Amino acid sequence: MPDRVSIRIDGELLHARLGQTILEAATAQGRFIPSLCHLKGLTPVGACRLCLVEVAGIGRLLPACTTPVQDGMAVTTRSDRLDRYRRMILELLFAERNHVCAVCVSNNHCELQALARRLGVTHVRFPYSFPKAGTDLSHRQFVLDQNRCILCTRCVRVCAEVEGAHVWDVAGRGIGSRLVCELNRAWADSRSCTGCGKCVQSCPTGALAMKGFAAEEMVKRTETITRLVEAKGVRA
Amino acid sequence: MSRARIATVWLDGCSGCHMSLLDLDEALIGLAPKIELVFGPLVDAQEFPEGVDVTFVEGAVSSHDDLRLAQTVRARSRFVVALGDCAVTANVPSMRNQIPPKKLLERIYVDGVNVNHRVPADGVPALLKQASPLHEVIRVDLHVPGCPPPAAAIGYVISELLAGRRPDLAGKVKFG
Repeated sequence: MPDRVSIRIDGELLHARLGQTILEAATAQGRFIPSLCHLKGLTPVGACRLCLVEVAGIGRLLPACTTPVQDGMAVTTRSDRLDRYRRMILELLFAERNHVCAVCVSNNHCELQALARRLGVTHVRFPYSFPKAGTDLSHRQFVLDQNRCILCTRCVRVCAEVEGAHVWDVAGRGIGSRLVCELNRAWADSRSCTGCGKCVQSCPTGALAMKGFAAEEMVKRTETITRLVEAKGVRA
Repeated sequence: MSRARIATVWLDGCSGCHMSLLDLDEALIGLAPKIELVFGPLVDAQEFPEGVDVTFVEGAVSSHDDLRLAQTVRARSRFVVALGDCAVTANVPSMRNQIPPKKLLERIYVDGVNVNHRVPADGVPALLKQASPLHEVIRVDLHVPGCPPPAAAIGYVISELLAGRRPDLAGKVKFG
């Protein structure tokens, strides 16, 4: 079968479909590669760098979510170096904004928090930047809290690709980057937002949430987004 | 074997971490013969003693008094544990960090009240510009995150330290 390739993941020989990414092939075999910006059904962008893996013969690390499998590829998904880098990425995410888990709507349901626990991050070695990040409370149903945003752009993609409204974008550069509604409008003044809430459901942290939820109460339905995409065949 | 000299310190926190320590319940009875509690909100000592084996610090470093006490703790303890999210991340106390202290205090004690428009100055320590995690001001040997850390995690840390081992908390604790 020409569309099937053989790859090695952490030494184990596996079959994958041509066109699959390393992340998809690994996940299909029940293997875990950490990721935050990836959401099944949305175009992968390789933004968070948590899924970086080692590929034999290639001198640099590659994001598993955007790298297609090739026949004979040998991938390492866990090593001391990868663990170290992944922990460092998580620590930098925590240091960049004001993630106060204890009072967050998404406490105990947060992908960032869960990964930190899973990868053994018990503290952040980098100085916290404590930025003045701001919130947008203008929308009737939803809240945008920049303090908790990790710029994964899942909301940007789900709105553009699935809802077709493209309300969200990222403005600025580097550490000054911010999620913006249209061309930096208050959410309530958006002309294209349909109020569907897909951005809220795809958000891995408490950055986008429903109003009226207290700490620990906001549970996201990311699998609904994936089901919706698969049902509609938005992205084949 | 002599008893381990343990201290606990309460900086800018809600005392929830100390409550979680007390939540060890009957396990405290087993610990009692092995440890000597030499300082902290649970005992009477007024001054932080010399020669402490392990000090558990709850709370962020928010005031000049916090900073001084943290430095004393470091100088007089062999092993310092940052206990809970405030000590580990600065947590809720850090939510004021975007506002200059003077502006913050005036907003609360002058603009925010109907009587006694006055920022308290007597008997209260001056605030630092920002609340910091403990390890940003002194060397910390172990971080136990959580708001509060579960009693089981605290019990595990104490029993491992008493056994002379370094507790491995990977996967056992979380922020928040």
